[in-house]
Amino acid sequence: MSAILLLREKRFEVRHGMTIRSAMLALDLEPTAYLPTRDKELLTDDEILRENDEIRLIAIISGGAAVSSEAR
Amino acid sequence: MECRKCGGRASINMRQHKLPLCRDHFIEWIPAQTQRAIESYNMFQFQDRVLVAVSGGKDSLALWDVLTGLGYRADGLYIDLGIESSEYSKQSRARTETFASSNGLTLITVRAADELGVGVPAAAALTRRGRGKSCSVCGLTKRYVMNQVALKNGYDILVTGHNLDDEAATLFGNTLNWQVGYLQRQWPALEARPGFVRKAKPFCRLYERETAAYAFLRSIDYIYQECPYAIGAKSIYHKDILNRMERDRPGAKLSFYLSFLRAKAWMRFAEAQARLEFSACPVCGAPTSADGLCSFCRLKERVHERIGVSERTHSYD
Repeated sequence: MSAILLLREKRFEVRHGMTIRSAMLALDLEPTAYLPTRDKELLTDDEILRENDEIRLIAIISGGAAVSSEAR
Repeated sequence: MECRKCGGRASINMRQHKLPLCRDHFIEWIPAQTQRAIESYNMFQFQDRVLVAVSGGKDSLALWDVLTGLGYRADGLYIDLGIESSEYSKQSRARTETFASSNGLTLITVRAADELGVGVPAAAALTRRGRGKSCSVCGLTKRYVMNQVALKNGYDILVTGHNLDDEAATLFGNTLNWQVGYLQRQWPALEARPGFVRKAKPFCRLYERETAAYAFLRSIDYIYQECPYAIGAKSIYHKDILNRMERDRPGAKLSFYLSFLRAKAWMRFAEAQARLEFSACPVCGAPTSADGLCSFCRLKERVHERIGVSERTHSYD
């Protein structure tokens, strides 16, 4: 009686019936930093999790090598 | 949630614009917004030869895709940094080459090791500038090689895939430390100066989640894994803080960046840039504010001393 959120190799079991956004917040995942997908389809985070749903979260943050901030 | 334009099922909701869009309308929206930014900041024209710095990541490949789709003459430049951990450079290079060949695009590839004698992580380990953290050496190498390749190959403009999150994080970091020189130079397009090619960031008003969504919806095969040396990077820490603000106040990042750009028109930053005087590096001729060798040639010389190489050459000559 649950849904699954997948993030890289991690697997989180959450209650179905809540929104993806609520589930991410409950897991302390920043909703603005992930794209939720189901079966390679992009979803908005107000989507209600259905029983046995498998939602893959794509982490979007990149960076590290400073290029823009420094003198050219 | 419904698409604002057609009423179909929305694939993404851009809270800062109160704009949910379906797949097809989002894929139209991104190039339209990019073109608006290009025009707003006078970045470049259709007849210009554009060099896109591509890393194999979502932003740069999405940018290359958008620019060619809009009809710009855009070639790619990939710099192989020699990051062996997790096969990062191998994987990112493969994705860049596949994207270029499957879209019939011209790609220039430069190996950092051909310049420095070793890859970026090894160069960082050999020098004080690296101090065990490669990002500074990586940034210096990329800036130097991008500029030189663009100039030597006659490109009118060098463009990078920096998105709004990158720009806001940079602005945040520079504001925390009141880096007035950097604040003064931060702008969507930088004019050419002697020894420096013109540069622009056409994605500077697009959120990172929008460029990621575009790459996903366009089925662009980009390198998903983070650079292994980016773990703990300050820029990512700053992005995280800004995203927390964005969660509570949609549009916070956009407002922070755009209000900065507007404020630049009247804020009186120190004229740090104007006071900088450049002379030619005695080895490579690139402009430098230092006495003697430019930063890159100093780095290179230090690395070469350590690995026992004596000649001073450039692989892209």
